[in-house]
Amino acid sequence: MELILQGITKAFELILAFDPEVLGITWLSLKISGTATFISLFIGVSIGTAVALNDFFGKRVVISLINTGMGLPPVVVGLFVMIFIWRSGPLGFLEILYTPYAMIIAQAIIATPIVMGISLAAIQNLPPHLRLQILSLGASRLQMVWVLVKESRLPLLAAVMAGFGGVISEVGASIMVGGNIKGYSRVLTTATVMESGKGNFDIAIALGIILLILAFLINLMLTQIQQRQNPR
Amino acid sequence: MTGENIIHVKNLIVRRGPVTVLDISDFKVARGRILALIGPNGSGKSTLLLTLAGLLRPTSGQLFFQDTPVDNMASLDMLRRNASVVFQEPLLLNDTVYKNVALGLKFRRLTGDETKKSVDEALNYFGISHLAKRSAKTLSGGEAKRVSLARAFAIKPQLILLDEAFNSLDPPSWEAITDDLRNILAETKITAVLALHDREETLRLAQDVTVLSNGKSIQSGNTTQIFNHPANEFVANFVGTESILEGVVETIATGLMEISINRKVIEASGDFSAGQKVYCCLRPENIIVSKELPEKISARNVFEAKVQKIIRQGFFYKLMLDCGFPLVAYITMPSCEDLGLCEGATMFASFKATAVHVIRRKK
Repeated sequence: MELILQGITKAFELILAFDPEVLGITWLSLKISGTATFISLFIGVSIGTAVALNDFFGKRVVISLINTGMGLPPVVVGLFVMIFIWRSGPLGFLEILYTPYAMIIAQAIIATPIVMGISLAAIQNLPPHLRLQILSLGASRLQMVWVLVKESRLPLLAAVMAGFGGVISEVGASIMVGGNIKGYSRVLTTATVMESGKGNFDIAIALGIILLILAFLINLMLTQIQQRQNPR
Repeated sequence: MTGENIIHVKNLIVRRGPVTVLDISDFKVARGRILALIGPNGSGKSTLLLTLAGLLRPTSGQLFFQDTPVDNMASLDMLRRNASVVFQEPLLLNDTVYKNVALGLKFRRLTGDETKKSVDEALNYFGISHLAKRSAKTLSGGEAKRVSLARAFAIKPQLILLDEAFNSLDPPSWEAITDDLRNILAETKITAVLALHDREETLRLAQDVTVLSNGKSIQSGNTTQIFNHPANEFVANFVGTESILEGVVETIATGLMEISINRKVIEASGDFSAGQKVYCCLRPENIIVSKELPEKISARNVFEAKVQKIIRQGFFYKLMLDCGFPLVAYITMPSCEDLGLCEGATMFASFKATAVHVIRRKK
């Protein structure tokens, strides 16, 4: 019990002192996971919308695959990304193993199906006649798609939250392809694993608390936007 | 102005899988007319509307918009930009009322000033200028319906297509909205095709009627024709058997109107102002037939009537009478025998002023 209390006290000391190392790790976490979420938003929303709006053979299989992808185990993603960017792998020439870029790729792969699945469901949940209504008002196909995506902005915000929440708290893939290199690819989760492994519970708890606060702040912000859009 | 017909379809077939949902050999709407599509659920009204709007590709057949065949992307685009559909649900976007009404104009990339002018005009038409800044999601059913109508009119379409747009409204909203729509259609002279399910709606709004059943057009004609001379039993059952007479209110005193119909005058209860054009609807069970001129009775309307046709319908007879205007009466078999009715006989038909259901008419 004393250990925990000590840990928490030390943690707040570290946070309030703006410890440069802790700050650096936090900033890198935000940068990597933010970029990965942004990339997944692009790919996820476009493919999710395309699948929702088009009828084709095997659509149900594709939707099932996307939904399965929403629960992709990060370690498996890490493994495959690692194999691909391994020096002798198909993308080895990029030489990005153990860099933040590799982490961004792995995290984007984890977040994309989440964003895709939620945006697909969001577009499919719009009233069935809405597409026809928009076309009948003279919209081109591109304009129609844009209006539908805009109309789904609330569930899409949820997709951002879920995607970001998924990748910022993910540790398996990050440690496999990022390598937890101090000052370069060490993020909140990988640092927590390492510090607790070393028995430095105070630092580990500090990092854990920061992770929780970050997750809370970002969700608070997005919820704020969501509630303002929807007065009822 | 080009062409007499705004829209014209020929040999139209729409199949959904193995089922033929629409099979119409010829259907056209002349410029400036208001046509009602009526028929039971699943008769193909919505499918026909979507086809006319260029939103549903028919299995086969030709579609002409202002006498130009709609057979490529350019002509389809032309049709979609000039036809505006109002669906049963308001389908408003989660945005302000103003932005919703401006949607079609935004797609046309109009300037802000042009957009504002058209939106303000459309809002004004439907009496919802005060709602412009409200969020569309906070509107009542009637208000939302007005916004979706305003949105359709804001693009100044050549053709307006309404798919049972008034179904879920409470009676006061329904009355106000159908009144406004009728006035706006009369003022703008926009051609309209309305899928309706209610005879009163049809009488209030439409000039012409096409009756659909199982994807086929059963009868087309103007409103009074269809209602008074249904082509077959199906149409008769669907439009009801009321006699519907066009008249004009002549005088009015203490809730009793004198309405002239074909140079005859009938009395009806109600308080429309003199000069108002109206439809008088009479249910056949409210008509009393007598052999001699009834005296000292409360019925305000007594007319000499010639029996044109006697049709047996189950346990009663349907009499087609001519009183200077057409009138339908039901009588039971014993009454018919007691009166010794036969086709060509002259009788008297009476009905109470309160049995006349009077509906305002614009045209």
